[in-house]
Amino acid sequence: MKQMINVALPKGRLGEKVLDIFEKAGYSCPAIHEQNRKLIFENEETGVRYFWVKPSDVSIYVERGAADIGVAGKDILLEYAPDVYELFDLDIGKCRMAVAACKGFRDNTERTLRVATKFPNIAQTFYAKKGRDIDIIKLNGSIEIAPVLRMSDVIVDIVETGTTLRENDLEPIETIVPISARLISNKVSYKFKNKEITALERRIETFCRTRN
Amino acid sequence: MSSKIGFANEEAAVMELSRMYRQFGFKHFKMSKFEEYDLYAQNKDFLLGSSVITFTDTNGSLMALKPDVTLSIVKGSNDAFTEPEKVYYSENVYRVDKGTHRFKEIMQLGLECIGEVGAYETSEVILLAKKSLDAVCCRNILDISHMGFLLGLIEDENLSDKHRARLIECIRSKNTLEMEKLCASYGIGYETACALKTLTGIYGSFEKCVDELRAISRNETTDSAVAELESVYSFLKSCGCADGVNLDFSIVSDINYYNGVIFHGFIDGVPNAVLSGGRYDNLMRKFGKRSGAVGFAVYLDQLERMMRSDEPYDVDVLLLYSSDEQLPTLAQTVMSLTQQGKSVRAQRYDAGSVKYRTLMKINGTEVETVETND
Repeated sequence: MKQMINVALPKGRLGEKVLDIFEKAGYSCPAIHEQNRKLIFENEETGVRYFWVKPSDVSIYVERGAADIGVAGKDILLEYAPDVYELFDLDIGKCRMAVAACKGFRDNTERTLRVATKFPNIAQTFYAKKGRDIDIIKLNGSIEIAPVLRMSDVIVDIVETGTTLRENDLEPIETIVPISARLISNKVSYKFKNKEITALERRIETFCRTRN
Repeated sequence: MSSKIGFANEEAAVMELSRMYRQFGFKHFKMSKFEEYDLYAQNKDFLLGSSVITFTDTNGSLMALKPDVTLSIVKGSNDAFTEPEKVYYSENVYRVDKGTHRFKEIMQLGLECIGEVGAYETSEVILLAKKSLDAVCCRNILDISHMGFLLGLIEDENLSDKHRARLIECIRSKNTLEMEKLCASYGIGYETACALKTLTGIYGSFEKCVDELRAISRNETTDSAVAELESVYSFLKSCGCADGVNLDFSIVSDINYYNGVIFHGFIDGVPNAVLSGGRYDNLMRKFGKRSGAVGFAVYLDQLERMMRSDEPYDVDVLLLYSSDEQLPTLAQTVMSLTQQGKSVRAQRYDAGSVKYRTLMKINGTEVETVETND
């Protein structure tokens, strides 16, 4: 019996790209392109069931087994450290985790550094390695405004092109880690749906290799 | 979609599994509820950094509610080589829940074999692990691995603890790409790097994968690890319990405690391991003991959600009556229904909170069936 694979897709631009790759690699699903309010889309022929979730929640759905596989940015995986298999680097959604500050910023090492970020764990680990004392300000969006309003000294955030930073008179000062989208799998699903998941992994991998 | 669990509830599971462990000569070990906190302070890694509930005893010493049973059994074991201690336990332990970050009570069932642990003892414990899974649910998988193989592969590489931990992390998350990068940056030789990459990817039935494993075995340590895995597998096979036994090196346990064969058990539909165990001679050494040890624990809390989901009704019969004068009829009806093996709930009104299969009502002295939901 062929088993359906539940796939958690990250809502947004990255998710559209991911869906495109999946469909071209042989996991098409016409239902997902219809205009309606449905949340779950399946195609029995190709054996996939897709659903859109908030990008930062993908790893939660996969870790808890509601989704067998999903695509999540390396930033999410580093921040939440979910207990999942990281199978493949899709090499899309490329950007970097970086420290940024107002132009001309001078790091005054006499003081505790105030860091505004959506990624407290990544920031903590990064500065802990340097032995720097920091104060984390956890925000959920519009991080760039924090240093402008002098609420924080620096921000730790994702930088893609740097346009948002430039427009707010900020500049990246240090790269923490490069980021890209990863194919992740629930550890138990990987065992019970091993044939289906490894087949999918192989087809996605082949598609990505030939595309480049 | 998910398969059914073979037990109605936790208590039934404990009874059935305990019966099986007794059959194999394991003795029940009833533990005290408390343990000196010091034991956990010294072995924090074993509990994966989990917090412990502490309190001060009447004599002023700091005590803890048990977060784990194995440590207490190891601590109390006598280091005699005359005969192995074979014990099983079913105890409540207290740990922090990963999701809510609060303490919760978990029923833990497990067994340990301590003493001179040879091929038979190891194989028998793994057999019981597999049989426990079989008893819980027919769609199960027992993944086995060997700590000695991984450590043997990298024993000649001069790696710091931190680098070794990062390699292990890659294997744990089956991250082949990162493994390649790390090998390059740590200056690990080509052959070892290839072997590590293969090891990260290995997954599947034992028979299919063991050849791959043999092909990347490079020295005496790894050879003996393969031989040990093979002996365990052939033992399971001769007992007719080799279905769903897979080789998987992503189930790495802490190298400070475990050595030798390790294993995790999974049930279709439960997103985490429901059973875990292995050979833990290194833990024995930490307590200054020379003998070997092997054991496992079953996490019954993981099964809870699947056990109770399939019962659509609270009672078979909801029996309504209106006055105390109906007591004789009521008694008679309840007795006759329960003797038929049905569950009955008698009350005056139906407020809609009880889900019943059949609704009955006593009118005067007559019993009538009002509604049937089947």
